Amino acid sequence: MNKLAHRKEVDKEGLNLGEIRKDFPILETVVKGNPLVYLDNAASSQMPIQVINRISDYHLSEHSNIHRAVHYLSEKATAEYENSREIVKNFLNIESSKEVIFTRGTTNGINLVCQSYGSKFLKEGDEILISYLEHHANIVPWQLLSEKIGTKLKVIPMTDDGDIDFEAFKKLITKNTKFLSLTHISNALGTVLPIKEMVEYAHEYDIPVLVDGAQSVPHAEVDVRDIDCDFYVFSGHKMCGPSGIGVLYGKSKFLEKMDPYEGGGDMILSVSFEKTVYNKVPYKFEAGTPPIAQAIGLGSAVEYLQEIGMDKINQHEKNLLRYATDELNKIPGVRIIGTAENKAGVISFVIDGVHPHDIGTLLNDDGIAIRTGHHCAQPIMDKYKIPATARASFYLYNTMSEIDKLINGIYSIKKLFGA
Amino acid sequence: MGTANLYQEVILDHNKKPRNWGKLSNPTHQAEGFNPLCGDRINLMLEVSHESIVDIAVEGDSCAICKASASMMSATVKGKTVGLAECLVAEFREMVVGDKKKGVSNKLGRLKVFQGIRELPSRVKCAVLPWHTLFAAVNSQNNVTTEGSDDPTS
Repeated sequence: MNKLAHRKEVDKEGLNLGEIRKDFPILETVVKGNPLVYLDNAASSQMPIQVINRISDYHLSEHSNIHRAVHYLSEKATAEYENSREIVKNFLNIESSKEVIFTRGTTNGINLVCQSYGSKFLKEGDEILISYLEHHANIVPWQLLSEKIGTKLKVIPMTDDGDIDFEAFKKLITKNTKFLSLTHISNALGTVLPIKEMVEYAHEYDIPVLVDGAQSVPHAEVDVRDIDCDFYVFSGHKMCGPSGIGVLYGKSKFLEKMDPYEGGGDMILSVSFEKTVYNKVPYKFEAGTPPIAQAIGLGSAVEYLQEIGMDKINQHEKNLLRYATDELNKIPGVRIIGTAENKAGVISFVIDGVHPHDIGTLLNDDGIAIRTGHHCAQPIMDKYKIPATARASFYLYNTMSEIDKLINGIYSIKKLFGA
Repeated sequence: MGTANLYQEVILDHNKKPRNWGKLSNPTHQAEGFNPLCGDRINLMLEVSHESIVDIAVEGDSCAICKASASMMSATVKGKTVGLAECLVAEFREMVVGDKKKGVSNKLGRLKVFQGIRELPSRVKCAVLPWHTLFAAVNSQNNVTTEGSDDPTS
């Protein structure tokens, strides 16, 4: 009774879930005789029919190469591609569309900054600061850079709850600290970092800051000018858009000075065998034919999310997180990994006596899709001395009854294992 | 066989009471197997005398499929010749990743319960890891993983 009352309340104050779920045809998938329960949104979210149709329309009636020819289709494709840049610019409150660079995704964006900024402006002995909560995508590129040019990678520790240790962060800053690269929200634990305060503190020492927003842009309103970070990166496929597209936001003052990332067509003004003149930003960083359909799809995804409202989506996910947390805490032998005060709709857990991969395989029998493993965040697993976790992550189309199915599935697994 | 059946068969027995679990005091062969994708790690010790596996011990930290596979493997190869054990490694591998049409060797006996793992491609490596580690141990290779050039499924 209580559960039902709670559910109605959520629907009333939040989203029209019935209508939203109709937008996602894939949610009608049947897995082993059960309706799909998709709880792997932190890895990749699903696309609504509006975005699928937009991409399809592009292929049906707008496709051509951009920024090249004078014919109708090329002009149309160029206009739509550039329109997506405008949509992204407005979505994140970016000052100028010149500061919006289309990439292949978050990983690509971090590597771009690493190479184009890091290789040029960092030198041997300089320190790069990251946190314990990073995805491998924000660890390995900096290690590669350090191997090449001799920079040092330092790591801000986290507390047992999975929060950033802010005092330790302050102490780690030295006169040699020349770059800070941080995740906004941990993909493995759901921790929301106090990113604005950290940027402000770093800027007191003139340290540029990159923020990995792969887990934040899809789930909450992000204002890059309010955060005041120098770079911000995210991916399309975690926010109702297609894979193969992402965005790097960078402040003009940095982008203008940075070297190109890749060489090729579109990123040049003139080429001779003696000297090449690079194009202006953002084109300097978009060599070759970009993922045009994907960029247009991303623009469409942003419009879809905006129409529903990021504040409503965020509130809905908070409700789901609170409900799932309460229910998981009631199950004996289940432990939630990452209990920071400020968390997003990501919940990592372990069951005593059951390996996470067995949890994942058996939940799949019930049609429930979760992620199991180290979530590309092995240092976090090492910190908790576990090989892996099971992770459920929520999005706008998930319902309370789907969480009930997850909870029931966990009870069945415990029974099977006698755990 | 469905996933739940596979689990019921192997978990109720071998996961809770793994056979030959522990260490040997005087191993002649030893190898550690690691699956970096899911963190499965097993340590395998053998005592080989006159080309026969006179004793075997396994321990580690792994999922139920890997643990049950290791337990059943140890019970199967104990007392067998190294040559026969290597033959079983090949046949187990063939059963879970080889050509489905070829059928399954009768030599595998109860190990045929792992046939169903074919339907769970992401878990094949969990089942193969102990066998991969056994092969490494008898060939005096101390460390193997399921990834990169060591991958037993490719």
